[in-house]
Amino acid sequence: MPAAPGPCPMQPVPVPPLDSGQMEATLQRLASDLLALVKPEEEVVLLGIRSRGLPLAERLATFLRAATGSPVPVGSLDITLYRDDLTEMVGSPIVRPTEIPFTLKDRTVVLVDDVLYTGRTVRSAMDALLDHGRPHRVMLLVMADRSGRELPIQADLAGVKVEVPAGHRVAVRVKEIDGEDSVVVEAC
Amino acid sequence: MPSERYVFPHRHLLGIQPLSPQDITALLDQAQAFEEVCERPSIKIVPALRKKLVVNLFFENSTRTRNSFEIAEKRLSAEIINFDADTSSLTKGETLIDTAMNLQAMHPDLIVMRHSAPGAHALLARHMKASIVNAGDGAHEHPTQALLDAYTLRKHFGRLDGLRVAIVGDIRNSRVVRSNLWLLTRMGAKVTLVGPPTLVPQELKITWPGIEICHDFDAVIPSQDAIMMLRAQFERGTGAYIPGQGEYSRFFQLNPARMKQAKKEVVVLHPGPINRGLEITSDVADGPNNLILDQVTNGVPVRMAVLYLLSNPHGEQVP
Repeated sequence: MPAAPGPCPMQPVPVPPLDSGQMEATLQRLASDLLALVKPEEEVVLLGIRSRGLPLAERLATFLRAATGSPVPVGSLDITLYRDDLTEMVGSPIVRPTEIPFTLKDRTVVLVDDVLYTGRTVRSAMDALLDHGRPHRVMLLVMADRSGRELPIQADLAGVKVEVPAGHRVAVRVKEIDGEDSVVVEAC
Repeated sequence: MPSERYVFPHRHLLGIQPLSPQDITALLDQAQAFEEVCERPSIKIVPALRKKLVVNLFFENSTRTRNSFEIAEKRLSAEIINFDADTSSLTKGETLIDTAMNLQAMHPDLIVMRHSAPGAHALLARHMKASIVNAGDGAHEHPTQALLDAYTLRKHFGRLDGLRVAIVGDIRNSRVVRSNLWLLTRMGAKVTLVGPPTLVPQELKITWPGIEICHDFDAVIPSQDAIMMLRAQFERGTGAYIPGQGEYSRFFQLNPARMKQAKKEVVVLHPGPINRGLEITSDVADGPNNLILDQVTNGVPVRMAVLYLLSNPHGEQVP
C-alpha cells in the first residue's frame, strides 16, 4: 500500500459508516444480488480472503442457503505467499493454512474480501486460487469498494462505495474478529 | 498461536538451542500452512521463495534429509544449486571458509549445510551474508529433524506439553537427540533417555536437568506416550561401546514383546535409516503404532517453514 504523503488531514470524512444492523442488511442484499448474477446451473463456491473475508463469506453462505435451500461451500485463502512484495518484505509474515476442501474445477468462485483498494490482494488471490484448479469463472464481492486502484481489477458486487482521500484508511470490522460489525473511515 | 505481528527473529537456524518456545511454535504453525500446500491435489508449489537462490552444501552423505530439503525448496519456487562435496575443490585441499567465500561471491540467499564438524555452521554464519540452515553437524544438532519429530507428535497428540517421550539407543553419537532434548524440554515434554550406560552420557543431565536417564528399557516402556528409537550408528563407532549386536538387541530392541507392555495408543518414531532387526523389528517398524513415514512426510512442510521464515531477513536479528 502506498504511504500517505505528508501530514494527515484530520477533517471528518463525508462517508456514512455502516453499523451492525446495516452491515447485516448489506450482506443480505449482496447475497440476493449475487443470486441474480449467476445462472441456476452454475455451482457457486465462496472463498473468503483471510482474515476478514472469511467471516463475511460464511455469513453470505448462510443467506444464500436460506434463499436457495442448498448449502454453498465456503473455503479460505491466505494470499501472503502470493504477494507481489513478499521478497522485499522485512521478516516473513506468518501464513495460516488455506482451506479449500472441495474442487474449484468448473465452479463459479466468488472471492470475498473486506475492502477493495489497490487491487493487489485480489491479484494475489487469483494466482492462489488458480493453483487449486480451473474454475468456470471468478467473481469478486467486497464489503467496501474504495477508489485508488493500481491494477485493472473491479468488484462485481460491493456493499458500499467509499470515496476517501489518500491518507485515510477504510476499515471493515466484523464481530467474529473485532467484536462488532461496522465500516469506518479512519484518518491515519 | 503467535500474533500476526510476530516476526521470526533469527537469521540462521544453527540449532534448536537458540529458539524460544514462541519461535518453535511459530515454526510448527507455519509448517501446518505448508502441509496444506503439500497435500493439494493440484499444484503443490507456492511462489514464496521466487528469485531466491538456495545452495545445498552436503559434506556428509544424506539421502532423506537432502531430498526433503530439495523438495521443500522446489515447492517454494526457489532456485537451487546442489553442491556435491565429493566433486568439489575440497578434494583439492580448499578450506571450508574458502569454499564458503567462493559461494558467497555468487550471492546465495540461503545455504543448507551438513558437515561432520560440530559448529561448522556457526563458523560459516560469521563469514556469510546468506542465512545458514543446519542440516546436521557431527553429534551436535540436527534442528529440522527435531522440528519434524515435534510436528509429528503435536499433530498426533495435539500438544507437546506433558507428553512422555522415551528416546532409546545410541544417545552418545546422536545429533538428533541433542536437538530433540532442546526442543522437547523447552516445550514441556518429559523426556527419558534409555540405552546402555556406555551410550548414554550422564553429563547430559547437566545441560538438561529435567530429563531422566534409565538403562532398563522394560521399566520405562509402560509410562510412555511416544518411543523414539535411534539408529545404532556403527559408522560412527557405536560398535566400540557395546559387547555385541545380539546383546544390544536383547536389551534395547523395540519388538512385539515390548510393545505389549506399552500403552495401547503409544506411537513409535525413528529418524531413519532403520536397522531392521537390530534396534527395531520389522513388525513394529511397519506396525499400527508407527509414525515413521509420517515423519518423512512432515519433513517437507517443516523444512519449507524454516526456509520461508529465514528468507526475509530483517534488521535486528539474533543468530
